[in-house]
Amino acid sequence: MIRIQNLVKTYGPVHALDGLSLEVAPGAVYGFLGPNGAGKTTTMRILSGLARPDSGRAWILDKEVARGGADVRALIGVLPEEPAFYGWMTAREYLRDFVAPLYGIKGASAAKRADELLAVVGLSEVAKRRIAGFSRGMRQRMGLAQALVHRPAVLLLDEPVSALDPAGRKEVLDLIETLRGETAILLSTHILADVERVCDEVGIIAKGRLIVQDKRDDLLARYATPLIEVETENGFSGWLDWARRQPFVTSVTQANHTARLLVKDIHPAQQALLSSLAEQQIPVRRFEVIHPSLEDVFLRLTEKEA
Amino acid sequence: MFTTLLAKEVREQWRTWKLIVFLAVFLITGMISPLLAKYTPQLLGSIPNLPPEMASLIPTPTVADAVGQYVKNTDQFGILLVILLTMGVMAQEKERGTAAMLLTKPVGRSAMVLAKWLTGMGVLLAGLIVDALGCYAYTLLLFEALPLGSFLILNLLILVYLGVFLSLTLLASTLARSQTVAAAGAFGALIVLLVLGSLPRLDVYMPGQLVNWGAGLVLKSSTTAWPALGVSLGLLVLAVAAACLSLERQEI
Repeated sequence: MIRIQNLVKTYGPVHALDGLSLEVAPGAVYGFLGPNGAGKTTTMRILSGLARPDSGRAWILDKEVARGGADVRALIGVLPEEPAFYGWMTAREYLRDFVAPLYGIKGASAAKRADELLAVVGLSEVAKRRIAGFSRGMRQRMGLAQALVHRPAVLLLDEPVSALDPAGRKEVLDLIETLRGETAILLSTHILADVERVCDEVGIIAKGRLIVQDKRDDLLARYATPLIEVETENGFSGWLDWARRQPFVTSVTQANHTARLLVKDIHPAQQALLSSLAEQQIPVRRFEVIHPSLEDVFLRLTEKEA
Repeated sequence: MFTTLLAKEVREQWRTWKLIVFLAVFLITGMISPLLAKYTPQLLGSIPNLPPEMASLIPTPTVADAVGQYVKNTDQFGILLVILLTMGVMAQEKERGTAAMLLTKPVGRSAMVLAKWLTGMGVLLAGLIVDALGCYAYTLLLFEALPLGSFLILNLLILVYLGVFLSLTLLASTLARSQTVAAAGAFGALIVLLVLGSLPRLDVYMPGQLVNWGAGLVLKSSTTAWPALGVSLGLLVLAVAAACLSLERQEI
C-alpha cells in the first residue's frame, strides 16, 4: 500500500532522511515513531507531494510518489501536525464548498458528506461558525475531517491527537480504529500509549533511518526484556555485587534503595533472587516484575542509536 | 477543480472586505479627479490677499485637467492598491500553512497561481470600471462628455499597466516565504520600472508610456506607444509563467 525505498533527503548539512525504507500493508495502522528531528515529518511531506527526495523512491498503491501528480494525491488524505484553514470560511463551507469539490464531490453529495464528517469529529454544533474562532483541538478535528472527505485509501496522520483533551483523544483513536482494515494509516505520534492501543505495526526511526519495523506484539516480545525492580528498607550491602555476577542478570542499575535488574529468563531469575534476598536477610519493601512498555523499547532502541 | 479554486479566491475577496475596499477607493479616485481639476483653481483663487499677478496665473480648468488628474490618481492609488492586494496572496498561504493543506490535494500548482491571478485581474477590472464610471459621470457634470471610445481604450491601457504590477507582485509573492519579503520585491520591481522609464531611449519601452498614450488618445493626440504595449504584455505573461514555474518547483 505504502512502499518507501532508500529515501534520502538533506537540508544543507542536515541528513533528514538517510536511506529510509519501510512498507505499510493495506488496511494496517502503522505507528511511525522517532525522536524529534528523526525524519518523520519529512517522510510525510515527501509522501504527500510537498517535498521531493534527493534520491530513493516511494509508492502509494503502486503509483510512484516522486513522479505522481494529482492522481497520487487523490488517493491520500493528509493531516499535518498543525492544520491550517481559511479562517473566513465556516467549518461546513470548508468541507462542502471547498475540499469536497476538489475531489469531484459536489452538490447534495458534498453537503451530505460534510455533515457526516462534522458529526464524526464532533463539530456539528459549530458547523456554521468561522474556523478563525476554533481552538487548536477543534482545528485538529477539522483537519481529520478534511483528510477523510474522499474516503482515501491511505491516510497520513502527523500527530493527530497531540492537541486534544483526553476525551477528544479517545474519540479520534476510536475513529482510527474504525478505519482499520479499509484504510492504510501512517500515524506519526509521540504518545506511545496511543500507538500501543491502535497500531498493528510499528516502525521506529532515528537519524533518518528505520531502526526497527515489526508487528507491535512481536516488537514487544523481541525487545521488551523483562525487568525486576527491588526496593529494600536499608540498602543492599553486598547483594547487588552478587547479583551482577549471576549469569542470568544482564545489567543492574541502582537509585538509593531501589535497584533495577535486567534479566534473561524471568522465572529462574525471580526464584534465585528472592531466595538470595531471604538468605542474606535483606528486608525487602517491594519485589516487582515489570513488563516493559513500548515506551521502554522505544527509549532503549533510540538511545542505542544515538 | 479550477472553478473551485477560482470560486474560493473570489469569495475570499468578498468575505475579507478586500473587494469592497478596493472598489470604494477606486470609486472615490474616479469621482474626485474631475472635482479636483474643477475646484483646485477656484480654491487657489479664493486665498485671501492673493496678489493679482498670481491670480492671473491660475488657469481656467478644462477637460484635459480632469483627464490628467484621473490618470495621475488612478496610476498612483492603483499601483499601491494592486501591490497591497496581491503581495500576500501566495506568501501568506505558505506562511500560514494553507498552501500545504491545499497542495496535498489533487490540485495543480499552476492552477492555484492562475486562479489567484485571474481573480486579481477581475478585481482590478471591477475597480477600474467603477473608477472610470465615477470619472466619466463627474467630468460630464462639471465639464463635458469624454469621447467614449478613447476613454475606454485609456482604461484598457491602464488595466494592462496595472496588470503588469499585479503580475510582478504575484511573482514576488510566489518566490517569497513571507508577505514582507513579497512586498519588498514588488516595490523593488516598481522602482526598477520607474527608473528605467525615466531613462532616455528606454522610456518608450516601459509600461508607464501606456498611461500617457491613453491620456493622449482622450485628448486627441496622435502619439502611440506600441513598443511599451508589447513589452508590458510580455512582462505580464512572463511574470505569471515564472510564478507558475516557481511554485511547481518549490517545496512547501
